[in-house]
Amino acid sequence: MIASLGLILLCQLLGEIVVRGIGAPIPGPVVGLIILLVLLQGRDRIGLLRRGPLGDGGVERAASGMLAHLSLLFVPAGVGVVQHLDLVSSHGVAIFVILALSALVTLVVTAVTFIVTGKLLDRWRGTSS
Amino acid sequence: MTSTSSGPFALWVYLSQTPLLWLTLTLLVYAAADAVSAATNRHPLANPVLHSVWVIGVILLLTGTPYPEYFNGAQFVHFLLGPATVALAVPLYENRKVVLSAVVPMAVAVLVGGITAIVSIVVLARLVGLPTNVVLALAPKSVTAGVAMGISESLGADPSITAVCVMLTGIMGAIIVTPLMNRLRITDFRARGFAAGLTAHGIGTARAFQVDTVAGVFAGVAMSLNALVTSLIVPVAVTLLMR
Repeated sequence: MIASLGLILLCQLLGEIVVRGIGAPIPGPVVGLIILLVLLQGRDRIGLLRRGPLGDGGVERAASGMLAHLSLLFVPAGVGVVQHLDLVSSHGVAIFVILALSALVTLVVTAVTFIVTGKLLDRWRGTSS
Repeated sequence: MTSTSSGPFALWVYLSQTPLLWLTLTLLVYAAADAVSAATNRHPLANPVLHSVWVIGVILLLTGTPYPEYFNGAQFVHFLLGPATVALAVPLYENRKVVLSAVVPMAVAVLVGGITAIVSIVVLARLVGLPTNVVLALAPKSVTAGVAMGISESLGADPSITAVCVMLTGIMGAIIVTPLMNRLRITDFRARGFAAGLTAHGIGTARAFQVDTVAGVFAGVAMSLNALVTSLIVPVAVTLLMR
């Protein structure tokens, strides 16, 4: 448990170092995600990595424990933001409506693009083979 | 002892200054909100983030507690956002075959979806006549708060307005995604999750994990990719749209 958490934190730390080092416009934890992914892939090929939290399923358990309550982690920031609703509402109710509309349009366009691209790809693969 | 430093008030003064009280409140309110969500079979309107946030907000208001004092306790929960993002590597790894087989649809969808998120809000905001600095602050509202605030700052807009809009987008997106996809008869959990993560970042991803693991994985990928795409596209899109 402790070793697994330590490994996850280490990946995040390395991610932060990389992001600060090269000034990339992505969050450090996302680079940490990629590092952990590489480690998980690597342990399937390199026996040396198959030990500790990477070998006994520890990191898997720690990760699923954390992700099961991902919603909880947004609560502290959410409370701060809700206290500043006046920042937004001073510009009128319209702002809430357009945010909802934009979310709706984005959801539909993204899901439909994903599905249509997949279908076109299948059709293209079907005709080319 | 004076009257103000004894009795229940002294206890309150002491407790409200330690992290313990607000950390406990955060966990208990969330546990209750999550229990309600589970009891309603994860109904979209029983979103645990939404309900925890307003309940705690009301408690802080009633007790006259300033946010920094609350955050002093709640920061221990907030800190876990980073490690939880790293932890997304595990379900991503476990579902790597499904994810790898959808690389092309994901690449096209993140570009089209990322641009849609920016263009739709900028066009709508100008349509209702919002001032330029607010329009700029709204542009990156679909990406995770830290990145969105950075983008907003680089555009010369107010990052705190961005933070509020990011949170509102996340909560609204997480609430509408399930009924919307059901209405449209979209049953592909890869597409549903991807749309949720792209539109509503981490809160959408948390929602997607409630519904289906594959949806959650695709939401996590979409959230990460969109952070990258949006930070590259916003400056260009804004220059083109604001002329």
